[in-house]
Amino acid sequence: MAGNTLIDLMNISKTYGKDMVLDDFCLSIKENEFVTLLGPSGCGKTTTLRIIGGFETPDTGKVIFDGKDITKLAPNERQLNTVFQKYALFTHMTIADNIAFGLKIKKKSRQYIQDKIKYALKLVNLDGYENRMPDSLSGGQQQRIAIARAIVNEPKVLLLDEPLGALDLKLRQDMQYELIRLKNELGITFIYVTHDQEEALTMSDTIVVMNQGYIQQMGTPEMIYNEPQNAFVADFIGESNIIGATMVEDRLVNILGVNFRCVDEGIGNNVPVDVVIRPEDIDLVAPEKGIITGTVTSLIFKGVHYEMEVMANGHEWLVHSTDLSPVGSNVGIWVDPFDIQIMNKPESEDEEAVGYHE
Amino acid sequence: MNNRKRWLAAPYTVWMAAFIVIPLVLIVYYGLTSNKDGSFTLENILLIAEPINRKALWLALKLSFISTAICLLLAYPLAMILRNRKVGNGSFITMVFMLPMWMNFLLRTIAWQNLLEKTGVINAVLEFLHLPLLNIINTPYAIILGMVYNFLPFMILPIYNTLVKIDQNVINAARDLGANSFQTFLHVMLPLSVPGIISGITMVFVPSLTTFVISKILGGSKIVLIGNVIEQQFKTVNNWNAGSGLSLVLMVFILISMALVNKYDKNSEGAGVW
Amino acid sequence: MVKKWCSNFYIGLMIFFLYAPILVLVVLSFNKSKSRSKWGGFTLQWYERLFSDEEIISALTNTLLIALLSALIATLIGTLAAIGINSMKSGTRTLMMTITNIPMLNAEIVTGISLMLVFVAVNFARGFASVLIGHITFNIPYVILSVMPKLRQTSRVTYEAARDLGASSFMAFVKVVLPDLFPGIFSGFLLSFTMSMDDFVITHFTRGASVHTLSTKIYAEVRKGVKPEMYALSTLLFASVLILLVIINRRDAHQEKLRKE
Repeated sequence: MAGNTLIDLMNISKTYGKDMVLDDFCLSIKENEFVTLLGPSGCGKTTTLRIIGGFETPDTGKVIFDGKDITKLAPNERQLNTVFQKYALFTHMTIADNIAFGLKIKKKSRQYIQDKIKYALKLVNLDGYENRMPDSLSGGQQQRIAIARAIVNEPKVLLLDEPLGALDLKLRQDMQYELIRLKNELGITFIYVTHDQEEALTMSDTIVVMNQGYIQQMGTPEMIYNEPQNAFVADFIGESNIIGATMVEDRLVNILGVNFRCVDEGIGNNVPVDVVIRPEDIDLVAPEKGIITGTVTSLIFKGVHYEMEVMANGHEWLVHSTDLSPVGSNVGIWVDPFDIQIMNKPESEDEEAVGYHE
Repeated sequence: MNNRKRWLAAPYTVWMAAFIVIPLVLIVYYGLTSNKDGSFTLENILLIAEPINRKALWLALKLSFISTAICLLLAYPLAMILRNRKVGNGSFITMVFMLPMWMNFLLRTIAWQNLLEKTGVINAVLEFLHLPLLNIINTPYAIILGMVYNFLPFMILPIYNTLVKIDQNVINAARDLGANSFQTFLHVMLPLSVPGIISGITMVFVPSLTTFVISKILGGSKIVLIGNVIEQQFKTVNNWNAGSGLSLVLMVFILISMALVNKYDKNSEGAGVW
Repeated sequence: MVKKWCSNFYIGLMIFFLYAPILVLVVLSFNKSKSRSKWGGFTLQWYERLFSDEEIISALTNTLLIALLSALIATLIGTLAAIGINSMKSGTRTLMMTITNIPMLNAEIVTGISLMLVFVAVNFARGFASVLIGHITFNIPYVILSVMPKLRQTSRVTYEAARDLGASSFMAFVKVVLPDLFPGIFSGFLLSFTMSMDDFVITHFTRGASVHTLSTKIYAEVRKGVKPEMYALSTLLFASVLILLVIINRRDAHQEKLRKE
């Protein structure tokens, strides 16, 4: 699946006025990879994408594409294409003219352009829309046209800037599958920017979690979800219980005064840490069977599961379970050792921001 | 609810009928009747064929066409620069270009007389620099200058307004798809700003074509435009039928430009003008 | 860098072009010599004499009165009309808007002449009132076109929310819709006032011999030479508007800053 490195961002910094958006940012992207830049607004993900696309010039650092330095190249001289937020279709042109735009600029033959338009519209399931105007299309359809317009140019990389942001939930989910299918059919690299963790988890080969201009963690969706490296990632990706604790010794952690067995080794003895426990990894058992006991304080039916809050040892534990425990009942809390994720405690605000840094 | 709200337009509807529609009907009536016995005639309209009138119309068309073209050439780059600069906000720009209106239009035109006169300011500067003197007062060139000066803001504002509305990502998209900056301008910016250009053109062309003030102040007494002919018919000759007939001819050109605006300005219902 | 310098230069050049004649008029208002092309030394005498020149003062009063009244009346009629037109069916609305566009797109000379013909036809004495009617007529479209876009932005939802919270339809309109429209109404009023102050052509055709505005007074003096008092007056008018705008702009900028902090 993964091939050679295609894009290398080397020590990129970018400031707007006083705001440092990216600070000494490094990232390698491989051929044929679906990479998602994920983070809250203002984390620098869109700026990163715009630097790759050529719409921003970094203050320092280099963009290497296919072995060549393209840092100073204008957008039209780069072999990559962008699908913009809110589509950015040319409203004065028909769908066919929109799709043909890049090809006409490159002076391709009429026949070639015709074939490409047909092919692209088929690919995005909108055959027969050649002569419609963009305004007459729904948001989802406009999005597909924006994708078709980009891919007919056969870019090596497709940049997608929150492309599903303006669509409603159902359509967004459909488009996620569509994008995965497209990527597999085209066999090119996708760099995808979003603040939606579910989108990121569903589609990506690699997720890059960003905050305040730094990479917090980079890895497969499974790695990011199951083994968050710091509290920010744990908090941003899904719901979780993040609790201050002490590593007593290898494979033993003291959480809220009670010793829990875990699987981590080599952190040291009596070291303060953060532990992350996903709500679905907590089992509610009979009080005498639990590691600690507590009282259910709230209960909400969520469809696939119940969401409960359990007060135990002075902490509200968030629990997702398909089994119901009524409010006020006494329960025991049980967590399998491998479901306890140990994270180093950041020593300062700054370190928290830097987090993971190659 | 809506039924009751519609009545709020009633005073305006009456006003509109009395002072917009009926006046136009009257012009048509006067234009198509004889000033001797009030009978139907086409002679007022055919007056346009008389050499003096024909020449006045032709000259007015020529000068206003040139002025409009110059305004477009001056205003478009300016609107582009202002758009790319994102200077403050739109209202500041509107203010800068509307502010001169607070100096009376006639006085501003008279000031050009001062600037252009043989012994005027511009020639004083040219003389100081030992450059050839400018002698355009009382020529069609001075009239063109006056038209460009007075109506340039009406070209700048609508073009600027359409340009700022273009999403930067649409321009980025063109660049992204391989267009260089000139191609992006030609295939994206320019076509998207057509509504602004069209309303700018009409906002400059119509008042230039019909002016009688600028030609009177800057053209001296010898240069007569169709506006001057009509004004004289009403104010000195007192042949209102002839004046109305010539106005009807003039209105053909105005109607053409109104139709053009309507064609390109469907959505905003005229708001593109401002 | 060069590009930026060029565009700065171009903006500067255009602004100079637009303001050069104004500069000339300001300079002339301080010129001792009555001749327009000679500098005879600095003086304030034209400003002094201005206030004792009854003709000019009466023309100024007329101009200001007509501008104020026509802008006020046009704002009232135009705002109501915009609300009414907005709730019409699309066919009627298009017709109304097309007619509304006529005074804006039509040549001033034609509008002026046609109004004059109406006043003559119904034997309405041409004087202050006829000029006022003329100005209201060309001002209403500016108001409608300023209010209309604001009306489109105001969603029904806020009006309905006010009703839901117990406001009568009149209260909901006054407390919720009107404040939303206010910027549009205000700019319509300002635009009307400005247009009316600057108008010459419509006034020229609708006025009677007895009534002068500043514009018609200046036009009457074109041949024999404009009185320097007129330059002084215009400079005063221009300066007061300029100062007013600077104050408004300062205040806006200040408020903007406060909001950001």
